[in-house]
Parts: sequence; C-alpha cells; structure tokens
Amino acid sequence: MYTQAMDIPDEPGKKLASVSTTVSDQEAAFEARIDADGRIEPQDWMPDAYRKTLVRQISQHAHSEIVGMLPEGNWISRAPSLKRKAILIAKVQDEGGHGLYLYSAAETLGTSRDQMLEGLHSGKAKYSSIFNYPTLNWADVGVIGWLVDGAAIMNQIPLCRCSYGPYSRAMIRVCKEESFHQRQGYEALLVMMQGTEAQKAMVQDAVNRLWWKCLAMFGPPDADSPHSAQGMRWGIKRISNDELRQKFIDATVPQAKVLGVTLPDPDLKWNEERQHHDYGQIDWQEFWNTVEGNGPCNKERLATRVKAHNDGQWVRDAALAYTRKQQQRAQKEAA
Amino acid sequence: MNAPVDYLLHLADNAVVLGQRNAEWCGHGPILEEDIALANVSLDHIGQARLLYQLAATRLGGDATEDKLAYFRDETQFRNYTLLELPHNGPLVGYAVSDRDYATTIVRNFLYGALMVLVWDALEKSPDADLAAIAAKSLKEARYHLHHAADWVVRFGDGTEESHKRAQAAVDHLFGYTEEFWTSSAAEDAAVAAGAGVDVRSLRAAWDAIVNETLAEATLVRPQVRGYVPEGKHGRHSEHLGYLLGEMQGLARAHPGATW
Repeated sequence: MYTQAMDIPDEPGKKLASVSTTVSDQEAAFEARIDADGRIEPQDWMPDAYRKTLVRQISQHAHSEIVGMLPEGNWISRAPSLKRKAILIAKVQDEGGHGLYLYSAAETLGTSRDQMLEGLHSGKAKYSSIFNYPTLNWADVGVIGWLVDGAAIMNQIPLCRCSYGPYSRAMIRVCKEESFHQRQGYEALLVMMQGTEAQKAMVQDAVNRLWWKCLAMFGPPDADSPHSAQGMRWGIKRISNDELRQKFIDATVPQAKVLGVTLPDPDLKWNEERQHHDYGQIDWQEFWNTVEGNGPCNKERLATRVKAHNDGQWVRDAALAYTRKQQQRAQKEAA
Repeated sequence: MNAPVDYLLHLADNAVVLGQRNAEWCGHGPILEEDIALANVSLDHIGQARLLYQLAATRLGGDATEDKLAYFRDETQFRNYTLLELPHNGPLVGYAVSDRDYATTIVRNFLYGALMVLVWDALEKSPDADLAAIAAKSLKEARYHLHHAADWVVRFGDGTEESHKRAQAAVDHLFGYTEEFWTSSAAEDAAVAAGAGVDVRSLRAAWDAIVNETLAEATLVRPQVRGYVPEGKHGRHSEHLGYLLGEMQGLARAHPGATW
C-alpha cells in the first residue's frame, strides 16, 4: 500500500530544508550522478537535505504500510469465505513485509527503526491519510485493492527509478506485490458485481466512500505543491501530483465501466481536446483536516499502533534479555 | 481405506479455529517480524483447513462445499479441541473483544504444534492417499510452527522476570486443556479402525518428550493436571467458541447462497 504525495511535511507549516548553495567537490559529484540518472548508495556522500527528505519520505511510506494493515485487517475475522480470508491475511502480511523493507531502506540513511517508530507514535510523522477512513463493508477490502493500491502503483512505479538505490530496489519488489493486490481486489469486486443485489450495493457504497479519498492520495494540486520541484530535481519525485492523478483517473474509468459501478463524480467526462478525463473538485479542506489528525479514524489508528507497541514491550525485552544471557553463557564457556 | 468425514472435520475444525485466533494478531503484533510470522502461521492453518474441508465436501457429495462446512455449521457441530478456541488473554476471561497476551498465544501454538508434528507425521503414511498428501504438506508447516513457538517459549521462560511469569501463567492455564488430546472420540476411533487415522494416545510419550525438553530449557514447570477434561472434539465447547464463530460466520450467513 502507499503513502500520499511525498511532499507532505511532517510538521504542517514547516518548510522543507533547501539545497545548500555552496558547491563542494562532493556535492558536484552528487549533482553529476543525479544529472546522469545514476543511483546514490548509502556509503555515498549526499547533502543533508537530500538525506532528511528521503528519511521523511521512506519512513512515511513505511508507517503507511503498517497503519494500512489496520483498516483491511479489520475484515480478516469476518471474511465471507475461506479463500478470501486466506487472500486477505496474505495481503495484510505483505503490507507488513513492505513496512519491513522500507524501514530497512530508511535505516541505511542512519535513522533507526526505533527512532522512526517514535516519530509515528508521538504523532510527529505522517502516514497516508487514506487509512484514516473506516472500512465499513466487505467490499471495502476489494476497493482498497483496486483503487487504493491502484493509486499506490501509479505513485510507486516512478519510485522504482528513484535516485536513492535502496529505496528504488525496495520499490521494485513492493510494486510487484501491489500490482498483484490490485488485480486480486478487482477480481473480488467482479465476483461481487455478478452476485446478489446486496453484494452489488456493497461495492457501489465502498466506491462512493473511497473514490475522492483516492484522488486526494496523489497530494495537493501542483500549483499548491511548492516542494515538488526540489524532489523532481533530486530524482526522488519523478512525475507531478496532477499528472499522476490524471493518469490514474484515465486508467480507472474504463475499469469501472467493466465492473459496472458508477464513479461518484457528475463532472467526470472525456475531454476530446485534452485527450483526458475532466473531473470535479476535490475537497482539499477535508483532506488537510485528515492529514492534520482530525479525520474519522486518526486517533484510533494511532492509539492502536501505540498500544500494540507498548503491549509488545515485554516480548522485545524478553528476546533481548535471553540473547544477552546466551552471549554471557557463551563467553563463560569460552573463558 | 479412507478416513471418515467426521475425522477430517475434526482436523479441519482444529485448523480453522486456531487460524482464526492467530489472525487476531495481524496488525497488532509485539514487533513487525512477529506480526508477519503469526500471520504466516495463521495462513498455514487456514490453508490446511481449506484442503481438509474440500476433501470432506468431496466425500460428502451433494451440495457440500468447504465454505458450507466452515460457515454454516453451528458451535455444537464443531469438533475442534477446546484449547484452540480460547482467547489470547489467559485465565482472565475475555469474550468477543479482549486484550491479548502473547505468552498465551505462543504456549498454545507450542502445545498444539508439538502434537501436530506427530499427528501429521503419522498421517503422512495413511493409506488414505488424499489425507496423506494433506499431511505431507501440513507436516512441513507444523515443524515450522513448533520451531517458532518453542523458540519463543524458551526466550520467555529464560528471558526477563516478567516474561517468565507470563509464560508460566500461560502454561498453567493451558496445560489442562491438552488432556483432551488423549481421550477418545468416535471419529478418531473410526479412523483408526479404518486404518486411515492415527491413535493419538500412541503419540503421548513422544509429545511428553518434546514438551518436557522445551519446558526444561525454558526453566518452566510442567503443572500437575487433574479434574476437568475438555470435550471440544465431542462438540461440547467453552463459552468462547460461540463468539469466535459468531464473528467468523456472521457475514457469510447474512448472505446465504452468495458467491464471494
């Protein structure tokens, strides 16, 4: 799964760090590699602002994977068939795996997983706002696969070419799995749309609730997204928010038609001149409210993560204590 | 000869109920690696349940399906061990929603895993070729489950004072429920008589050896067990299975006949 546009600052209103204007030899080498579309590796010199931006971006992404386990996990116990239960457990487990690769990728930049989790648990670090909405019927699971993971893929494919090597490599694997999730989600919805009236109504209800939230996942319009330019320059961001959003809409409209659901936007129509779909206004105030912590589930999601972490403290302590004892025993034996 | 359907259902119900329980940790694990591991254990159990229910459905014929067997049988028709339906919070009783204690989860997986490596190993040699094939696949999984759980039992027992206390409390709470393993049931007796099943009582010494060795390494004490012997495999369950099935079956039952 995925985080929203990568240029959401963790602290609203705080400007992102800017590139130094003093050009050292190291910096020149860095810039040259970026210009040549090469990869920056952990041992390479990099500007502090590049490192900080990446840590923020990758950790936001990792947190999104972990928090994203909750809304879908909400349906594991109630999955209406054993096949769907197994698919859902495997999917949520994959999201956990993505979190793991991404925390590891961010650790190569010198920030520990504990530090990143502290950022999440204290409410300082952001995660994708899409997970602050509730999953209210079984079709939400399919729609998250189709639309949320679909939007994620649009955003993530360009990140496979991100200038930071460990992140780009993690994204290649993540994208393969996300693409599988998207097809599984769509397939589940196809089956429901061929089913009873109640099943069809569930799918439409889930689409109605999630469509606009998915469009907002691409982040604010380019005109209001001043930090994008720097990300583009560094090869961390490859395609603008609006371009990705448009691409997602153009790809999704025919899929909705095949499925037989209505996308809840009366202004959605093909524009022959632009060769793209026109679409209605996204409610950005609602988006920012949710990003800033005041969405329907922000408090529950965060409290759930904090509780799992705190409740697990004794388990982690036990593992460490046992390892230490083992080491001491081994040292004694060796002595 | 083939194993009777009731025997397959006993094995399948064990797997689905424990799979359902372990999946409750998904997204709530004590550390990300364990969250993923527990989801994997759960996934294995759901997979085993599916194969066993499918085999039972084929043998029942008519309109039986894996999902009808999992979702449309009532509590008293379930034949799982009572041990597997208990909530994760130890002896502090919890119903539909309650806190989870990882020591309870791990000790349960350990006690059941120690049994199932022996059961699947025996069933792998069953003349019931379909069951033997399921056993061969499940044996590999059960070995991993036992390995995973036993490692944590040792870490808890020989870890911190708190982890030791929690692990011992979980052992004390759960051990009595294992007595059900060694009682007989009509389904098991019929499977043994047909030559297709395993007499679990014959595995007791081997189970004791696995359990005693790990508990000793973990510095945990095996409790004396007396009195009540659970009867889940006869369809007489604890208060907890009704909630588990209510949650698991509710959506499917609200839309009978729907395909998902």
